Amino acid sequence: MASVENKVAGVDKGFVYLPLIAGWLVPGAGHFLLRKWGRGALVSLSIVCMFGLGLAMQGKIYSGAHDVLEMLGLVGDLGNGLLFFLGRAMGLGADQVQVTTADYGTRFIVVAGLLNVISAVDAHNLRTGRKL
Amino acid sequence: MFRPSHFTALVLFALFASVIFGITMRETPRRMVRYGVYCFSLFVGSAIVLSWLMYLIAR
Repeated sequence: MASVENKVAGVDKGFVYLPLIAGWLVPGAGHFLLRKWGRGALVSLSIVCMFGLGLAMQGKIYSGAHDVLEMLGLVGDLGNGLLFFLGRAMGLGADQVQVTTADYGTRFIVVAGLLNVISAVDAHNLRTGRKL
Repeated sequence: MFRPSHFTALVLFALFASVIFGITMRETPRRMVRYGVYCFSLFVGSAIVLSWLMYLIAR
């Protein structure tokens, strides 16, 4: 059941998973589609800043899954959506973690991905009316 | 290259995570802000308490 607010805004038409997918690919896009401008801007700013700071700290973007821990890291990184694919395509991030801040950077990138997934699910919940 | 101190990295991490937690876990703006501040305080506060505990244990 769609929320009253979404019905008034006319955003409960179309593909129900669009905010989820858009929110995953581009941080904050799911909320922007639902006209939640403030929430979308804050989500976008937080995720992009966290990802950018992770790269600035020479964090590593996982590329393959050689063991279980790397596989989990890759799953977290994939949560960043297009940021992850752009980062891989442009060769950003360190190949190996050599300093302490680089380890922090790697965690920043993984957590940014996980937080982006939470935000995308939140956008989906707003779309379906499970959340106001 | 950005090389923050341990505490700066912690504060930045807590700030961004708290913003997302506040937005996604509560429904009204007022409650979002309150929950975000609560999460931020817990992140930073627990890190300070644990740091002091480890410092005292190591002595």
